[in-house]
Amino acid sequence: MTLTITKSGRQAARGAPPARWRGRKAQGWLYAAPTAVIVGVLFLAPLVLVGWMSLNRWPLLGPAAFNAPDNYTKIASNPLFVDAVLFTLKYTAITTVLLSAVALGLALLVQERRPGVGFFRTAFFLPGAVGFAAAALLFYGMLNPDFGPVDPMLQALGITSEPVKWIGTPNMALFSTIMLVLWRFAGFNMLILLTGLQAIPVEVYEAARSDGANRWQIFTRITLPLLRPTLALMLILSVTGSLLAFDQFFIFTNGGPDNSTVSMVMVVYRDAFFRFDLGGAAALSVVLLVGLVGLNTLMMRRLR
Amino acid sequence: MRRLAGIATLALLTLTAACGGGGGAQEPAEGPVTITMWTRAATQAQSERLVEAYNKSHKNQVKLTVIPTDNYQPRIAAAAGAKQLPDLFAADVIFVPNYTSQGLYLDVTDRIATLPYKDSLAPSHMRLGTLDGRQYTLPHTLDLSVWFWNKDLYEKAGLDPEQGPKTLKELAEHATAIDEKLGKDGKVHGTFFGGNCGGCYVFTFWPSVWAAGGQVMDEQGTTSLNDQKAMTDVFAIWRGLYDKGVTGPTAKEEQGPTWTGFFPKGEIGVMPMPSTTLGLMPADMKIGVAPIAGPDGGESTFVGGDSVGVSATTKNADAAWEFLSWTVSDEAQVEVMAKNKDVLARTDLAENKYSAEDPRVVLINSLVAKGQTPYALRFGQTYNDPQGPWLRLAREAVFGDAAKVGELNAQITKSLQQ
Repeated sequence: MTLTITKSGRQAARGAPPARWRGRKAQGWLYAAPTAVIVGVLFLAPLVLVGWMSLNRWPLLGPAAFNAPDNYTKIASNPLFVDAVLFTLKYTAITTVLLSAVALGLALLVQERRPGVGFFRTAFFLPGAVGFAAAALLFYGMLNPDFGPVDPMLQALGITSEPVKWIGTPNMALFSTIMLVLWRFAGFNMLILLTGLQAIPVEVYEAARSDGANRWQIFTRITLPLLRPTLALMLILSVTGSLLAFDQFFIFTNGGPDNSTVSMVMVVYRDAFFRFDLGGAAALSVVLLVGLVGLNTLMMRRLR
Repeated sequence: MRRLAGIATLALLTLTAACGGGGGAQEPAEGPVTITMWTRAATQAQSERLVEAYNKSHKNQVKLTVIPTDNYQPRIAAAAGAKQLPDLFAADVIFVPNYTSQGLYLDVTDRIATLPYKDSLAPSHMRLGTLDGRQYTLPHTLDLSVWFWNKDLYEKAGLDPEQGPKTLKELAEHATAIDEKLGKDGKVHGTFFGGNCGGCYVFTFWPSVWAAGGQVMDEQGTTSLNDQKAMTDVFAIWRGLYDKGVTGPTAKEEQGPTWTGFFPKGEIGVMPMPSTTLGLMPADMKIGVAPIAGPDGGESTFVGGDSVGVSATTKNADAAWEFLSWTVSDEAQVEVMAKNKDVLARTDLAENKYSAEDPRVVLINSLVAKGQTPYALRFGQTYNDPQGPWLRLAREAVFGDAAKVGELNAQITKSLQQ
């Protein structure tokens, strides 16, 4: 909407009478105002507040006390956060690679219109309709060694002989969480890639085929290059989502066992709501935000 | 410029409209007042009974909100930050020192002084609700850790069903006997504990330390003594039980929400349990109750439960106090709490017309004076938080490398002193 208004504003500037020009411009501001207010109140104001909080000792009740840059300098000596950064990066790398591969595979499977393909598209996408917190709780119940149905099923089929410690060891906890994330998000990412795949003109494929290209060549020389913008979007969504991971670890593994699955946002949450160090938590949030913006800028440049 | 002013006015109007909604309702009203109260799910039953009885007999009404136990502390923090605390809120008694130091509760010293039974209020709860000589909370519920034993399983295993364990070593022997005789099908286990739950460890293991004459922290709650022999002896006994498979395989992963769920199913021989669950056990289940003992004897308990105070931001302090003082009155304590086999918040009412009906309740009431409630300003972040240092120490001591206890104990002290 803003674009249209700017255009008409420019047209007006070239020849229309000043009174009308002013009226239209005011009208434009009026149209933009609701969005501006929402962005201002729900995004800019909290952002400024978090920035200000990170420079203060901020108690739950009572006046704040300026203490910059203490909240920032103490981050380096917070071993939980340093470990969480490394863990979150590792989790992001594994999740993004696996998620892209699975989503692309699914998208290629259901790409062409064939009988029954609608069923599979729906089936793959359906887990995305479950709330993420609910999905995490669902996995917690399903994989629970005491009452979950998965272990008895695996044992009845002779695949395992005793209950699997799904979240009992650091590696298994990470593995189970990644399974959860794949189940929940592969379908959604498949949908994104599917729109990209269907935007590739059929003529390009036909031309390639008539030139004698085989399936692999078509995939690597046609599909992947033309899918690049869509892949970039999916990558950015996946990387940002993974770096901000919270629900799956908070609900499913609770950061355990032995702090092996503590993500960065969990540390922010712990500092704010268990240690009541609101200033410190705000500083961690600012650092996280700067890191995310930096990384996304880098990715946009590389993937463009 | 005028345009900017217009936008600013619009923004301001939106803000005013958004904030104005709840403001008017907070004014103290003439006539009956409805006050709001929060409590955590762990002690929901007791709070609901008290509120129900009060609402039936009083003009003022209390609206109770129950919040999942794991989310309670974050919810209080978020509400306090937004100045949206309810008129009254209960809290796990061990978190109270932190809340009072953050200024979340209203000073009610002068109001408490007018209560005729002020000297009989549960001493450990009152101690933790006092900061710099000023009092902020009243005891709300008392939840003591005790050992429950399943008399049927004792009998089947050839043990005397009327004799519970008198030492921690005896508990280990009983549990092992039950596991060996009845545990072959993988359903029944000798004992159980919450092995991935910091709060469970302090509630169930520390009384054995106190019973043996040891301590877990200094008086000020700033130095951890969890690397000393009194504690490591207790860890060693539980470690032995886990190693032998007496505890059931899931003890190591138990995060807390379900640790009390196995005993009522008749699957556990003997284990530490919260006293508040006694009234919730299946009616036909024969359960013995014993005080928690040290490795070689003694008796103690963790006097847990909730305290309740008026929030610092309330506009209904008088109405809130009226309810609060009623909850510790003779009427509420005897006819609501004692009638439902709950531990009383007042020591002068321990002998009442209901207590004699169940000797187990008498035993639990008598433990209030023998038990302890540890004081530390940084209790929650040190001992309850799953990312805190205590859980790591306890897990290394019971399942991992016990040699790391010394180093991890230093981290606990560091966390206590933050």
